[in-house]
Amino acid sequence: MEKFISHTGTAVPLRRSNVDTDQIIPAVYLKRVTKSGFEDGLFAAWRNDPEFVLNKPEYAKATILVAGADFGTGSSREHAVWALQNYGFKAVISSRFADIFRGNSQKGGLLTVVLPQEQVEEIWEAIEKNPATEVTVDLEAKNVRVGEKSYSFEIDDYTRWRLMEGLDDIGLTLKNINDVSAYEEKRAIFKPKTLPAKI
Amino acid sequence: MQVEQGDLMGKTLAEKIWADHVVRQSQGEPDLIYIDLHLLHEVTSPQAFDGLRLANRQVRRPDLTIATEDHNTPTLNIDQPIADPVSRLQIDTLRKNAQEFGIRIHSLGDANQGIVHVVGPQLGLTQPGMTIVCGDSHTSTHGAFGALAFGIGTSEVEHVLATQTLPLVRPKTMAINIDGELPAGVTAKDIILAIIAKIGTGGGQGYVLEYRGSAIRALSMEGRMTICNMSIEAGARAGLIAPDETTFAYVKDKPHAPQGADWDAAVAYWKTLKSDDDAVFDVEISLNAAELSPFITWGTNPGQGAPLSGQVPHPADFSDPEEVGAAERALAYMGLEAGQPFKSIKVDTVFLGSCTNGRIEDLRAAAEVLKGRKIANNLRMLVVPGSAKVRLQAEAEGLDKVFLEFGAEWRQAGCSMCLGMNPDQLSVGERSASTSNRNFEGRQGKGGRTHLVSPLVAAATAVRGTLSSPADL
Repeated sequence: MEKFISHTGTAVPLRRSNVDTDQIIPAVYLKRVTKSGFEDGLFAAWRNDPEFVLNKPEYAKATILVAGADFGTGSSREHAVWALQNYGFKAVISSRFADIFRGNSQKGGLLTVVLPQEQVEEIWEAIEKNPATEVTVDLEAKNVRVGEKSYSFEIDDYTRWRLMEGLDDIGLTLKNINDVSAYEEKRAIFKPKTLPAKI
Repeated sequence: MQVEQGDLMGKTLAEKIWADHVVRQSQGEPDLIYIDLHLLHEVTSPQAFDGLRLANRQVRRPDLTIATEDHNTPTLNIDQPIADPVSRLQIDTLRKNAQEFGIRIHSLGDANQGIVHVVGPQLGLTQPGMTIVCGDSHTSTHGAFGALAFGIGTSEVEHVLATQTLPLVRPKTMAINIDGELPAGVTAKDIILAIIAKIGTGGGQGYVLEYRGSAIRALSMEGRMTICNMSIEAGARAGLIAPDETTFAYVKDKPHAPQGADWDAAVAYWKTLKSDDDAVFDVEISLNAAELSPFITWGTNPGQGAPLSGQVPHPADFSDPEEVGAAERALAYMGLEAGQPFKSIKVDTVFLGSCTNGRIEDLRAAAEVLKGRKIANNLRMLVVPGSAKVRLQAEAEGLDKVFLEFGAEWRQAGCSMCLGMNPDQLSVGERSASTSNRNFEGRQGKGGRTHLVSPLVAAATAVRGTLSSPADL
């Protein structure tokens, strides 16, 4: 996983709440067996509309998505994270994220930043007024800087450390695999096994 | 030894299951949690297996892992190769991965194929007190057995395959108390739709929901699964119900249920799986079952629901400006007028099925309404059993004949029109009454308009052609 320390780019305002994962990437686009190529499906239904904010040339190069509350609700599809990353997004800002989406984004290195709705509104206004506004999402300093303004955000230290180091979660767990073996020794004997199959 | 305050306080059910599965705890890190059962399907697993191959890793516990094909599978002509080459490749990939890593798979055509959340319980692999995960948000379904069950993303699928564990932060707990007796014609689906309308699609975020109270105790396992299934629609990754005699009776004699002395040991343990009387939940909410009525959704998220007896709301009635905007967009998308009675809304397609309402009891309830009646003009009804076994059971009971004589289509098992990954889709502007779980824009097909309903409302709607309950017949 690529390290995330700080990212500077331009941002696109998505003034919608409850953007569910079926909007981020509809089910028909989930059939690929790779992690790449999902950018075509990103917001597929909305992108047919020339007025949709992602279609506006002034936001074409944006790498930070600023969305309404409850972003990423619905299905567990990590394809939603891949689609955002494949399209070029490095970070998403919202006042609230769905749990599974947030977990997925943190596994894949897409930074999800939670800011209060009033601050999201301020950022929307700034980037609508001037789409070229430089926005920095700084994980090291735990703040988002928009022009002259700075907004600090919270993130747990463990996730921050893992993202800044670009560490593979599985590798970290495998360092403690002896604990897993010890746990398995004392698991209740009546717990079911899928093999051998009984039908 | 220093006694922590937590040790003196009662524990909730979720906290007990959590504590029983902690492999490793370290200050400043998430807990490492052991996973008892890992369910796989074709959509969210291929990239996880690829990751294993790239890192030269094995599946740690194939004997705690099981795969089935459900999201892409066609519900017609299943004896022929899948027409869509991309769907076919995804299913072939799952089959190859299962073979390479020694994982049990129930493929299309097998009597145990079906929606992953129907298959686990029917095989008896879903049992109280377990941790169960799947790359599918409706894994919360298994919480009905008093298991801690939740959906995970593909990175986590890979993590579980490699280590049989997940690093997780312990969620907060929310009690949802539903006491009183449900009126006739009101079902588990109406309860959960009413809960989601009350707390909103984000209300459960960060929580495990525990459904409690006399109305929950009175439900069958099928009804409990319907409720836990839609916990995710309230934003909660998991929902659960303490196991009781209803649960034990359901699990007993299923293929993978414990036998003999193991059964006794298991039941003794399962009986400890309830929230202590002095346990403190982070949040508690209550509903009176006697006040509930058949419930439907009118909008484009599952929180936009209301009693079927009402009218389409006016966006201006909402106090939150964000909700006003969301309601305006929803009405435009759904092609509805504020003030229109719900029962005047004409429906094109009725879908009976999904991991929410595709079990045998759901089919029986609908068939009871449809028996001796005829389908409304210009309406199609798809009946899609949740698993091949449910289909066989329904046929043994003659339900297939009831559906066919009514004028409905009797299909093969799978996720089908719940999400339209296979050919079962709505067309632009087509309106459905669907027993599934999500009414998102385009969920059932691009431009499709979905009303979430119970199996009873689905059946009555298929008779009358407009949103209806059996009481209207």
